[in-house]
Amino acid sequence: MKVTLDWLKDYLDTNASVQEIAEKLTSIGLEIEEVIDEGAPLKEGFVIAQILKVRQHPNADKLHLLDVYDGQKTYSIVCGAPNVREGLKVVFAYENALIPLYNERLKKAVIRGEESAGMCCSYKELGLGEDHSAIIEINDEIPVGTDAPTALKTDVVFDINITPNRGDCLGVLGVARDLAATGIGALKEPKEHKIDGKFPCPVDVSLETKDCLQYTGRVIRGVKNVQSPAWLQRKLLSVGLRPISTLVDITNYFCIAQGRPLHVFDVKKLAGNLHIRSAKDGETLLALDEKEYTLKEGMTVIADDKAVQALGGIMGGELSGCTEETTEVFLESASFEPLNIAKTSRSLNIDSDAKSRFERGVDFCSAEQGLEDATALILEICGGEASSSIVRGEEKLINDYVPLHEDKVKKLTGVDIPFETQKEILKALHFEEKDSAFKAPSYRFDISIEADLVEEILRIYGYEHIPFLTIRPENFDDNIYTDHQKRDLLLRRALASRGLYQAITWSFMDSKVACLFENKKVMIKNPITTELDEMRPTPLANLITAAKRNFDNGEKTVALFEVGPGFYGSSPFEQREIASFIRTGEFTPLSWQGKAQEATVFDIKEDLIDTLFVLGIKEDALQIKTTAPSYYHPGKSASLMQGKKTLAVFGEIHPEVLKKLGLKEKVVAAEIYVDNLPISKKKKKVVACNTSNLQAVERDFAFVLDKEIKADSVLREIKKIDKNLISEVLLFDVYEGSHLPEGKKSLALRVTLQPTEKTLTEAEIDALSQKIITFIETKFKGEIRK
Amino acid sequence: MIELNTLKQDILKSIDKASSLDDLESVRINALGKKGVLTQALKGMSDLSIEEKKTYGQSLNALKSDAFQKIEEKKKALEDALMKEKLAKEKIDMTLPVYHSSLRQGRIHPNFQVLEEMLAIFQKMGFSLAEGPDIEDDFHCFQALNIPPSHPARQMQATFFMDGKEDENYLLRTHTSTVQTRVMLDQKPPIKIVVPGRVYRCDYDMTHSPMFHQIEGLVIDKKTNMGHLKGCLVEFIKAFFELDDLPFRFRPSYFPFTEPSAEMDIGCSRENGEFKIEAGKGFMEVLGCGMVHPNVLKNCGIDPEEYQGFAFGMGIDRFAMLKYGIPDLRTFFDADMKWLKKYGFIPLNIPNLD
Repeated sequence: MKVTLDWLKDYLDTNASVQEIAEKLTSIGLEIEEVIDEGAPLKEGFVIAQILKVRQHPNADKLHLLDVYDGQKTYSIVCGAPNVREGLKVVFAYENALIPLYNERLKKAVIRGEESAGMCCSYKELGLGEDHSAIIEINDEIPVGTDAPTALKTDVVFDINITPNRGDCLGVLGVARDLAATGIGALKEPKEHKIDGKFPCPVDVSLETKDCLQYTGRVIRGVKNVQSPAWLQRKLLSVGLRPISTLVDITNYFCIAQGRPLHVFDVKKLAGNLHIRSAKDGETLLALDEKEYTLKEGMTVIADDKAVQALGGIMGGELSGCTEETTEVFLESASFEPLNIAKTSRSLNIDSDAKSRFERGVDFCSAEQGLEDATALILEICGGEASSSIVRGEEKLINDYVPLHEDKVKKLTGVDIPFETQKEILKALHFEEKDSAFKAPSYRFDISIEADLVEEILRIYGYEHIPFLTIRPENFDDNIYTDHQKRDLLLRRALASRGLYQAITWSFMDSKVACLFENKKVMIKNPITTELDEMRPTPLANLITAAKRNFDNGEKTVALFEVGPGFYGSSPFEQREIASFIRTGEFTPLSWQGKAQEATVFDIKEDLIDTLFVLGIKEDALQIKTTAPSYYHPGKSASLMQGKKTLAVFGEIHPEVLKKLGLKEKVVAAEIYVDNLPISKKKKKVVACNTSNLQAVERDFAFVLDKEIKADSVLREIKKIDKNLISEVLLFDVYEGSHLPEGKKSLALRVTLQPTEKTLTEAEIDALSQKIITFIETKFKGEIRK
Repeated sequence: MIELNTLKQDILKSIDKASSLDDLESVRINALGKKGVLTQALKGMSDLSIEEKKTYGQSLNALKSDAFQKIEEKKKALEDALMKEKLAKEKIDMTLPVYHSSLRQGRIHPNFQVLEEMLAIFQKMGFSLAEGPDIEDDFHCFQALNIPPSHPARQMQATFFMDGKEDENYLLRTHTSTVQTRVMLDQKPPIKIVVPGRVYRCDYDMTHSPMFHQIEGLVIDKKTNMGHLKGCLVEFIKAFFELDDLPFRFRPSYFPFTEPSAEMDIGCSRENGEFKIEAGKGFMEVLGCGMVHPNVLKNCGIDPEEYQGFAFGMGIDRFAMLKYGIPDLRTFFDADMKWLKKYGFIPLNIPNLD
C-alpha cells in the first residue's frame, strides 16, 4: 500500500518528520518497505531560475537561445521547448546535475554551433510524471533561487506492507487513524455528506444473496465525464494509478483514500434493474481487465435483467463501464462477505484493488456513507443531479465487547503497563469501553479475543518494552537429538568423509524421469512446471540427473550423496528416508601417477560397507542377496540384508536408464534405507579384547569352482569350519580364463589360524587344511587347483 | 724374522689404497687372515730367544691391533661413501603435485552445517528435536493452525496439492508448523521443541524457490511469555551470527497462528552486493514469531486458560545465505560439484557454538 505524505496530511495533522513517521509506522505493525522521496534527486544541481532573454537559434528553426538567471549568475543555454518566453520561471538544471530521466549527468554541449551550459526541465526529465511536451512553468510568486523540491512541492511516498488482518489500513484514512493513536499527530476526520435526492432512483435493485450484506446505490444524471481535475490526477499518479476519467478516478480515489471500494455503471448500457445474486454455472463476464470469465454457482454478481454486469466486489464489466460519453451513471457502494470474495477471486485467479480490500473486510457499516460522500464529489466535479438513494440489506456489527483483565498484558508479554494506560491506548484506537470490556470499531475485523486486545495495547505501547527473559533451564543434560537423529547426523558426516559431496535436491522431479525408477505416480496436482510434477521415489533419481548437469558444466568427477525422503504414496508418512550416493566420471583423475579411472561397483561397495561400519553395523552381520531394484544393472547389483530387512542396495545403474537420461558415463550407486537400520542399543557391554600371544599360521589354497558360486558364501562357510581357530579368510586372487575349463573360476584364499591356548603342531595344521579341502569338495563341488 | 717396520708400512699403504669394500677385505685377509703375513710372522717366532720373543711379540701384537683398527676405520669410510652415493641416486622431485587429496575429502551441504549450528545453540536452551512428514493434510497444515478454508492467509502461502486424492485435502506442507500441531496433539505440556524440515510453496522466481527449509520452535507451559520469546531469539541470533552487539528490532506483525505476533529484523547493509550486519543502515526481516494463538491450543486439545507459550519460524537456507554470503537461493538445490566444493563444509568441521 502506497501512501503519500501529502495525502496522509489530508487526515493527519502532524509536524513529525518523514523519518519519524516511517519509524512509527513500522513500530506499530505497519511495516515500511520503502520511503521514496521524489524530491531527493532534485536536492542538488537544480534551482528555480528566470528566463531573461529569448533569441532565435541562428541554425535551427525549433531551437532558441536563452539567458537564464538563477539570482546570482546568468547562463546561456539552447532550448527546444515550445513554451519559452521572457520572464518565465523554470526549473533550471546546472551543468553536471544528475538528470533523473536519463540517470546521467548534464554536460556542457555545443548544439548546432551554439554553446549550452544548463537545461530547463520538463516533469518527465525530473522523474515527476509523463509530461514531456513542454518545460515546467513555475508560479511567478516563487522567488528565483528557490530549491527545486520546495518549489515543486515534491511528495514523499511511504510504501507500507499491510498484513492480511489490517484491511482497514488499505486506505490512507486507516493509516492516519493508527498513527494518531500513537500521539504523533491529530486525526482529521473526513467530512460526512448527506445528499438529498432530486428524483426517485430509476434503477431498482433486488438483493438476492446473503454474500452481499448491504447494497446501496443511486443514479446521477447529466454528468460530464471528462478528464479529472489536476489535483485528483496527481493524487492517483502519486500512488501509481493511471487516471482514466473523472467517474472512474473518483471511485479509485475513495478506494485509496478511505479503503472504500465503489463501482460505477453507465445507466444507458444497463437493461432494466439490478439483481445482486449468485452466478449461474456457465454465465460469463467480459471484465474491465478485458478477460472473459466463466462463472460458477456461488459467485456473487451484479446482473441487470439480461446479463451479468459485474463480479460483485471484485471487478466491473467492460460492457457497462463508464466512458467519456457517459452522462447517466449508477453509483454502487456495497458490503460483501470477505470469504466469498476470497473464494471467487481465487477460483477465477483475478485480482483488483477492490478485491484485496473486500477479502480482508471493508467496514460493514460504511456503504451508505461511502455512497453519500462519493455522490458529493461527483456532483462537485461532474455536475448533474442525484436521485434518491437505494439501500438494500443491513449494516452488520461484527464486534462485541471483549473483557480485558488487568494482569493479562503482563502474563502474556512480560511487560508492565499501568491499566489506565492500557485503556487509554484502546480508546485512542477508537475502542468503546464498558466495565473494562472493549469493543473494536466496525472497521476492525481482527479483534475477537483478549489476546487481540493485548496485541493492540502492546504495539502502540512499543514492542521495544518487551523484556529479555531467559529460557535456559537451570540444570539439564539432555541431548537435543534422539538416538535415530544422532545416527542421521553421523550418517551424513560418514558419507562426506568418504569423499562424497552432500546435495539437497527437490523433493519433486519430472514424471518422465521418475518412471525409469518407480511406477508409483505420486503426482502433484498443480506443479510449478511439468518438469517438477511428481514426488521423487528416491533421491537417487535426482542425483543421476544432477550428474548429467555436472558433466555438461565440464565437471569430470561426480561424487554426490543426499539423505532425504523418497515418496511411495500421497498421504502423510508414505515416505521413507533414503541415503543415496553415486560415483561417476573420474574416480581417480589423470595424473603423472597414472591414467584416469572410473569407480567400480566395488568402490561404491566399499563406501557402503564403511559407512554402515561407522553406524555400528558390521559386515559379518549382513547377508548379500544378488537382487536389486530394476534400475540397477541386473548382473552388477546386490542388496545388503539383515534377516528380511533390506538395509541397502548397490550396484551399477542400468545402461538403459543412463541412455534415456543421456549419460555416456557409467554410474555406480548405492541407497541405504535409513529407516530399516537397527538403532544401536544405548548401553553396550564392553567386552575385553582377546589378543593371543601365540604365533598365527597362514595357509594358502586355490580352488577351482563353478563360476556361479558366490565368493562370499565360500569365505563365510570356510570360517564356520572352526570358528575358534580360523580368524580370517582372505580372498587374494580371482581367475577366470583360458587356463581353466569353460564355466569355471579359481579362487585363491589365505586362511589365518590363530591359536589361543597352545601352538599348533604340523599335524593339527595339516588336519585342518585337509578338512577345508574336503569341505569345499563336498559343499561346493570344487577341487584344489593343481 | 720379518722386519716389522717395513711390514707396517706395507699394510698401512695397502689399507689406504683399498678403494672398495672388496679390496679392503683382501687387504684384511692378506694381513690378518689365517694365512696372512701377521699370522705367519707370529708363527715364525718359534726360532727366537725368550727375550726376543717377548719384544718382537709385543711389537707384532701392537701392529696387529693397529692394522685391525685402521681396517675398521677405512671400512666405515667406504660404507659412508657408498650410502651417500646411494642416497644421491635415490633423490626425487618432491614438488611433484598430488591430485587425489581433494577428491578424498567430501563436503557437508551448508544447509545442514547451519542446521547443526542452530541445533547446537537450541540444545543449550533445553529444546528437543521433532520431525514430521512432508505430505500433510489440510487439518494439520491449516485448520488446526487457525487458518480456516478461504482464509486470506492461505494465499500468502501458495500451496502444492497432491493429485488423485480427496480434493485438495493432501498437500505439501507450506511450513514446519504442521509438526507443532502433531506434537501438541500427541503430547501434554510442557513442550519445548524445534522442528527443522523441507517446506514447499508454489512460487519460483529470483527470490522464491518451490522448496526451502524452515526451522520452527515451540514452547508451551504455564508461564512462558513474550519476554521469554524475545530473550530466546536474541540469545539465539547473537550466538548464531557470533556477534554480541548484533543490531536487531522486534516489531508487530500478523500470523493467523500467533497473537500477539512479531517479526524480528536485524540491522544490515547491502553495498555493492555485499551483505554486512551493522547498525544504522536499515533492517532486514529474518524471522516471524509470537504467542501461540488460543485457538491453536484449543484445536490441539490444550486448554488456553491454563497453558500459553510461544512459537517462531525461520528459513534455514536464508540464514545460511546471510552467514556465509551465498548469493542465490536457487543454487542450493542444483547439486553442483563446483558450488558444493566452494560453499560446503568438510566433514570433520562439526559445529559447536555458544
